[in-house]
This record gives sequence, C-alpha cells and structure tokens, in this order.
Amino acid sequence: MRAEWTKLRTVPAWALALPAAAVIIVLFGLFPGMQGSCGKPGSATECKPTTGPDGVEVRDSFAFAYRTLDGDGSITVRVAALTGELTDGPGLVPWAKAGLMVKDTTEPGSSYAAVMVTGARGVRMQHDFVHDKAGRKTPLAWLRLTRAGGTIMGEESADGTQWTVVNRVQLPDLGRSVVAGLFVTSPQHAEEDSNTFGVKGARGGPSQATAEFADLAVTGAWQGTQWTKQHIGGPGNGPGQGDPAGGQPGSQELTLTGSGDIAPAVTGAAGVGTSITTTLIGTFAGLIVVVVVGVLFASGEYRRGLIRTTLAAQPRRGRVLAAKAAVAGAAGFVAGLVAGAIVVYAGREVLQSNGVFIPAVPVATELRLIAGTGAMLGLTAVLGLALGMLLRRSATAITAAVVAVILPYLLAMTVLPTAAADWALRVTPAAAFAIQQSAVEYAQVANVYTPVDGYMPLSPWAGLAVLVAWTAVALSGAYYRLVRADA
Amino acid sequence: MTDKMIEVNGLRKRFGGHLALDGMTFGVHSGRITGFVGPNGAGKSTTMRVILGLDRAESGTALVGGVPYRSLKRPLTHVGSLLDAGALQPSRTARDHLLWLAHSQGLGRNRVEEVLEQAGLSAVARRRAGGFSLGMRQRLGIAAALLGDPWALLLDEPFNGMDPEGIVWMRGFLRSLAGQGRAVLVSSHLMGELQGTADHVVIVGRGRVIADSSVAGLLARASSGLVSLRTSSPEAAAVLTGAGASVREAEDGTLTVTGLTAEQIVSALSARGIPFAEVSAHRATLEQAYMDLTRDAVEFRAAEVSR
Repeated sequence: MRAEWTKLRTVPAWALALPAAAVIIVLFGLFPGMQGSCGKPGSATECKPTTGPDGVEVRDSFAFAYRTLDGDGSITVRVAALTGELTDGPGLVPWAKAGLMVKDTTEPGSSYAAVMVTGARGVRMQHDFVHDKAGRKTPLAWLRLTRAGGTIMGEESADGTQWTVVNRVQLPDLGRSVVAGLFVTSPQHAEEDSNTFGVKGARGGPSQATAEFADLAVTGAWQGTQWTKQHIGGPGNGPGQGDPAGGQPGSQELTLTGSGDIAPAVTGAAGVGTSITTTLIGTFAGLIVVVVVGVLFASGEYRRGLIRTTLAAQPRRGRVLAAKAAVAGAAGFVAGLVAGAIVVYAGREVLQSNGVFIPAVPVATELRLIAGTGAMLGLTAVLGLALGMLLRRSATAITAAVVAVILPYLLAMTVLPTAAADWALRVTPAAAFAIQQSAVEYAQVANVYTPVDGYMPLSPWAGLAVLVAWTAVALSGAYYRLVRADA
Repeated sequence: MTDKMIEVNGLRKRFGGHLALDGMTFGVHSGRITGFVGPNGAGKSTTMRVILGLDRAESGTALVGGVPYRSLKRPLTHVGSLLDAGALQPSRTARDHLLWLAHSQGLGRNRVEEVLEQAGLSAVARRRAGGFSLGMRQRLGIAAALLGDPWALLLDEPFNGMDPEGIVWMRGFLRSLAGQGRAVLVSSHLMGELQGTADHVVIVGRGRVIADSSVAGLLARASSGLVSLRTSSPEAAAVLTGAGASVREAEDGTLTVTGLTAEQIVSALSARGIPFAEVSAHRATLEQAYMDLTRDAVEFRAAEVSR
C-alpha cells in the first residue's frame, strides 16, 4: 500500500492532477456566473424566506377569510366551485387549493392545519407545510375541520351528512386562541418545455384561483361575526392580485380569490433561487481528471511492462489491486472532500453576495454533499483504475470511463429528454450525482422536478450505490484478468 | 546462503500452438554465475518469468530456496531480478523508482541510497528515468535487483545496450556478487558476453536444455584435439599416424592432427629428430562450443519454418 502511494505521488503529473481536480471544482463553484435579485434594491420577499415550524423554508401566501377561535371548535363548509385563471386565459393549476384552515396566527410561517379541495389532486389534508395526506379524489366536497386542543381533525363528505376522516394531526405549537376560516391559493403554474432533444426549459407563470364557498357553519367560541379577509404573506403572484372579495359578512356564502402557495420552498423552475448543489457544478470536470489519473495509474503499469516489476515485488496479485484501489480511492476522496468543503461554504457566500437565494439546508445535508463529492471522486478514481487494469490501454480505458460516468450526466443536463435523462441517471455510474442533490422533492408542490433543476431520479444514497456497484463490477473484472493472465 | 538454489524441473508451457518450454530442467547454485544461453526464442525469458511467478507453467515446478516464488513474503529479499530494463514509468526519478520498490519490501530510504551508490547512479538519482540511456537503465535495473540484498539474482540480458566500459563494470560486478556467495543466473543470446564471466552454463534451445555444464568442461569437450603444425619433413605424417593420431596434410606443409595433444606431438617428433615449427593447439572458444551445440536446434527450427 505504501509502495503504491509512493508510486502515485512520485509521478509529477499525477501528483499535480489530484489537487488540480479539486481546484477545478472550486473554480467552477466560485464563479457560477449567476446573478440574483436578493440583496439588491427592491429585494423580493423571497430573499428572506419565511420559515415554517420545523425551520423549513416555506411559501406561505394565500387569501384568508378568518375569525379568531378560542379553544375548541369546528368549522364546516361546502366548496361549491373552484375556478382559476392562468396568464394566458382560464385554467386551474393542479395544486390550486381551497378549503378550511386552522392557523396559529396570521403571521406567515406559523403552524397550521388545513383540509382542502385542489385543482386536480382531490381532497387533501395538509399541515405545517411539509405534511400531506390525500383524501377522496373528487374536485368538490364538503369539508370540516375540528379543533380539540392540539389535535386537528379534517373530514370530508360528499353530501354533508356522511363524513369521512381525512386525517388527524397534532399541532404542538398551537396557542389557545387561533385563527380559522376559509382560504384559497394557487401556485405558480409550471410545465416543462420542449421535452425533446434540444435546449431544455420550463415555462409557466402566475395563476390565481377563485372558490365559491357555501353552507358555512361553525361551532365553538368564535369571536365576532365578521370574517376578516386578508391576503396572508403579502401580495400573491396572481394577475390582478388576489383581493379577497365577495360574500356578505355573516352570511353562509363567500367567494374568495387567491394566489400563492402554502408549501415548502422549492428551487427550480417553479421555485425560487437555486440549491446549494449549484456550487458543485464543477464536479464533472474534477471527475474527468480523477478518472484519467485512475486509468493511468493502472495502464502505466502495462505500457512498459512495469507490472512485472510490481508483481515480482508483490506476487499476491489481489493485494496489488487492493492497494492500488485503496490509494487511488483515498486520493480521489480527499481531493473531492477538500473541494466540496471549500465550494459548499465559499460558493454559497459568492452566490449570496451575487444576490442569489439559496435555501438553507441542514448541516447533515451539507456534510453529505461534501463527503458525497469526496466519495464520487474516490469511487470514480477506483472505477478508472479498474477499467485501466481491465483494458490495459490508456486511451480505451479513459474513453470507457468518461462515456460511463461523465457523458450520461452531461447529456442528461443538456439535450436528453427528461425520461431518457432520468434513465441515464438511474442506470449509469453517473447516478452517483444524486449524492449531491440538496433540493427536496415534495409531491404536494407543483414544480418541474427534472435532473436539470437538481432533482435526480434516485435518492442520494441509492445513486451512490449505483456507482459503487459499477465500480465493484469493474474491480472484479480487473481482479479476474490480473489473477488469471500471465503478466 | 550456501545451500540455497533455484531449481527448475520439467517446465512445459505452450503459447498458442507454439511450445515455448518443453521440459526445461536445470539448477542455479549459489556462489557462482550461471550463464543461461540460447538463441532468441529458446525460452530463456519465459523460464525466468515462470521462476518469478509471473507466468504459469502448464506442468513442472520452479522453486527458489525450496519454495515457489509466489509464496515468498518479501520476495525481493530472496530473489532480485532484472527482466526488462525499460520497465519504468518515464516521469519517475531513478530514486523514486527504487523508493516504491523499497517500500513494497518494508525497506527504507537508506537502502535506496546504498544501491544507487553500488550501481554508480548516485549522481543521476534525481533525474527522470525516461531520459536514461539503455545502459543507465540496466544499471538502475541492477540497483533494483540488489535492493533487498537477495541471495539469488535473475538477470535477463543485462549486457544489452551497455557500452564496453559498462560491460566490463557489469562483469566485475557480477563476479563480486557471486563471490559473496549469491546465486546468479544471467541470460544472453551471445555466448561471447559470458566468456570470462560465467562459471557454469546452461545452454537451451527450443524450450529445453541442450547442455548443462561447467565452462571448463564445455571448453574441454569442444577443443577435443585439433593441433596444427608446420614441417618440411615428409616423414612427420607417418610418425604421428604411427603414434595413434589421424593426420590431414595441406599443400603448404601444414598438418592438422587429431588424437594427440600438442605435448605428445612435440615429444614424438623430437624423439625422431624431425624438424617442425608452429605447433598450435586450437583452443575452442565458448562461442564455438555454443555454436556447435545449438546448430542442430537452430537448423531444425529453420527447417521447421520452411516446411
């Protein structure tokens, strides 16, 4: 092992290439050429995002008609109609929401529970932004929300007599007095554009929804008789601003128009800012470097017959391969680790000073990104080494490794249709790029979840496991050839 | 160190349809230089690779100090080898090349400096091996072979590419190594390179041993009896024939005699008072002995190819 380390470090080109790989990643990460509007005059609210009860960054913007409820009580309503408008005419986005909500305060980001009908996702019960449970798949329904202490129960009914519980949730942060009432909101409309070969993009725009509520009824200690209409979370993003309108105070019917979203903040086409993963954009270039070093570390043995000297010095061939793999892997890992650490922290500073919003991620995620980048570089170096030992020719092995690891990623990020990109990032070693994803995908948030936007088809560890599997296969092949053949 | 040896016994190996080793059997004893001689393609390098565990023989055994090379824990401290002086990473320095080998055997930097000194490479230790001449690479290869202070050395064509000065150095160096009690196996396709160096020769052809003998024995066999002399006396031939020799007469009065040594011829002629001059015994060279022995193998090969 020490001998192999000496071998690696005493070839000047290789000894320089590994720090160079780290430097390349850092350079890509620190100069992403991205500009944002945060921190500039007229900064949008998105730059200081609302945080929800769990510290998750959230969007909390909707039209609300509420009264204060002291202690326990319930509210029942029938959603009679839900219509919407997009930038280019009438239309309802799938995640337009209208229904009942119990919320700690009118402050955006405060704890809440809501039962609702949606544009195309049926009846849902959601609470505290990230939790979502589906009810019946029906466009319109009777809804009831009942508060008993910290427990909120959401029910739905087709006829107002037969009720089904959608979910019971606990809101520990809830005070004795809460606000409760009707809400409507409609998130950014987004769809993927040009889903063929070619430049990728997404199009969309603001949307708004209007709900007609009827048969409004409450039980419990409600203050006043007037429903206060307010657009929570500042102006929405709908055309003509969601001005809570319609209906007479105290009546059983009410019409409300709203725009916005009540959901965890996401990055990408329909979200705001960019994920911290953006700072790791140079990883592919670093991978090319380590893959070349890995291959040459192996094929260099064969170019001039050095392998005979090596095997004469260590006749146990498995050990030779293991030592080479350990050295190449460790060297790649350290390069990736250092680059990842610099770029995740320094890169964020750079992006933020450029005014780009980056959602905060847990420390565990940051560590995963950094260690994951190390693991990617380390494993890729080993994969290169294994291919070098297996194929023995530098050019062939480098080509094979680049085609296997980096090409699928680059294609998926540029020209491949999403379906093909997803498959490329599932089955090829490039799946390991998943370890770098930091954006969380929420089923209940409308967005374009494509690899380009940082949403990989595999979970982080599953993606890394794919690379591990490929590396293991290549190493087995290399071992088989090394042990079986004459040197 | 004295009783260890390299034993090769009945090695057979086939490359495709070509029989590279055909029952190769010989031994390399410590304390002497064994020349391993044969035409190109006779199986010398293959045999060495099999000894070093690099190639696998189909049958037969190759043992170093009684065990297979592959079972040695720190093999370079048992057997040092130089197979191909060009087997270097060109951008690595001579010192670093030796350093990784030293590390592979648990040896330190000091040992590297020692062998650099021994091989006369201290001055160029920091230069990249890629810029070395073949002669310098051979020296580096020798340094690498000596790194583990082994009791046996396997050197494949170490004289290749060396200048005359280098060849003299190498010969002296190998002699001193054998003098220290090491077993030294030196292959060459030129017998002349080994004359005055090897104590013992194993001559191979077509994958098997043709002769395995001391150099002195080989020479004695090959020089078995040609003596030439000049005389003006017509009786000389008859006298020598009478003494049991067979004589061939050339027109210029030169006699070529077989069956009697030069001393016997001189005493026979002197006793009869026959005048003569220029008695010379043909001392065969190793080269001639080798050519005689391998002629069959080479000719057979040529015939085989032309068929």
